[in-house]
Amino acid sequence: MAFDSFTDFVAMGGYGLYVWLSFFLSFVVLAGVALETLFAKRQLVKKSGQLQQRQQRLARRKASRAAVGDGNESKT
Amino acid sequence: MWRWLHPYAKPEATYNLLQKFLPWFVALTLVTLVTGVIWGLAFAPGDYQQGDSYRIIFLHVPAAVFSMGAYMGMAIMGAVALIWQIKTAEWSIPAIAPVGAALTIVALLTGAIWGKPMWGTWWVWDARLTSELILLFLYVGVMALYFAFDDARTGAKAAAILSLVGVINLPIIHFSVEWWNTLHQGATITKFERPSIATSMLIPLVICLVGFAFLTVSLVIMRLKNEILRHELHRPWAQQKLEQD
Repeated sequence: MAFDSFTDFVAMGGYGLYVWLSFFLSFVVLAGVALETLFAKRQLVKKSGQLQQRQQRLARRKASRAAVGDGNESKT
Repeated sequence: MWRWLHPYAKPEATYNLLQKFLPWFVALTLVTLVTGVIWGLAFAPGDYQQGDSYRIIFLHVPAAVFSMGAYMGMAIMGAVALIWQIKTAEWSIPAIAPVGAALTIVALLTGAIWGKPMWGTWWVWDARLTSELILLFLYVGVMALYFAFDDARTGAKAAAILSLVGVINLPIIHFSVEWWNTLHQGATITKFERPSIATSMLIPLVICLVGFAFLTVSLVIMRLKNEILRHELHRPWAQQKLEQD
């Protein structure tokens, strides 16, 4: 241990403000990138869900049209 | 080797590989960074000239080193994208650039905060500081160019070219402390002779360097996974992956 007490550790030999400010700001910037990445992933999950629902809806509509017949079948 | 590399041109194969590696890199990041930072802050001895203010080195140097390392990686991916037209290489450009920009910001911020008590000023327009600031602008420029085109592949090509041109800035940053008279101190670790730093400070610094390497790679993997999914969203495999999360 380079310090005698916790107070000494916080004070950083009079440079406490500079040392802790630089560690705090670095943490904020890097954690910010990580959080933005995780947030973007959640958005993708949401978007994928919407896309799948839409595809299913379109498939269902196509199927029901084919079953009922909407007048577009070729008359042979 | 090419036969072995070839499958990874397929985005799904690359995604699966990244997914396999990510938890290990995240775990290694946490272990090395926590160890290195606690060692550097509490256990490394104080500096005989700078007192305890020098402890900023344990963030400043690794962030600066990998702000340049990430740029090199991005430029290599840019070259791969231009030469072989591999889509995953194109997508790695917007995956790497924000991480590199964040590291550059950390290097600039910690440098300014360290400069205030030691040099008496937050900022000087000297060679090392200015060239590192230009690195930040290059990252921002690459990102802006990537997203500036309606056609994503044109944007990727333009961004790849800019990232390659910007490589010229890396030796300028590295040698700036030798070529010009600067306020910034010279190299202490990457000299050809023995490093001029005490071993008791060097060990935690090396641990922090390894920690930042793992952090950079982890963040890039996370972002590249997102980029791959974003482009493959219409494919069933990507939708399946996103359902699992």
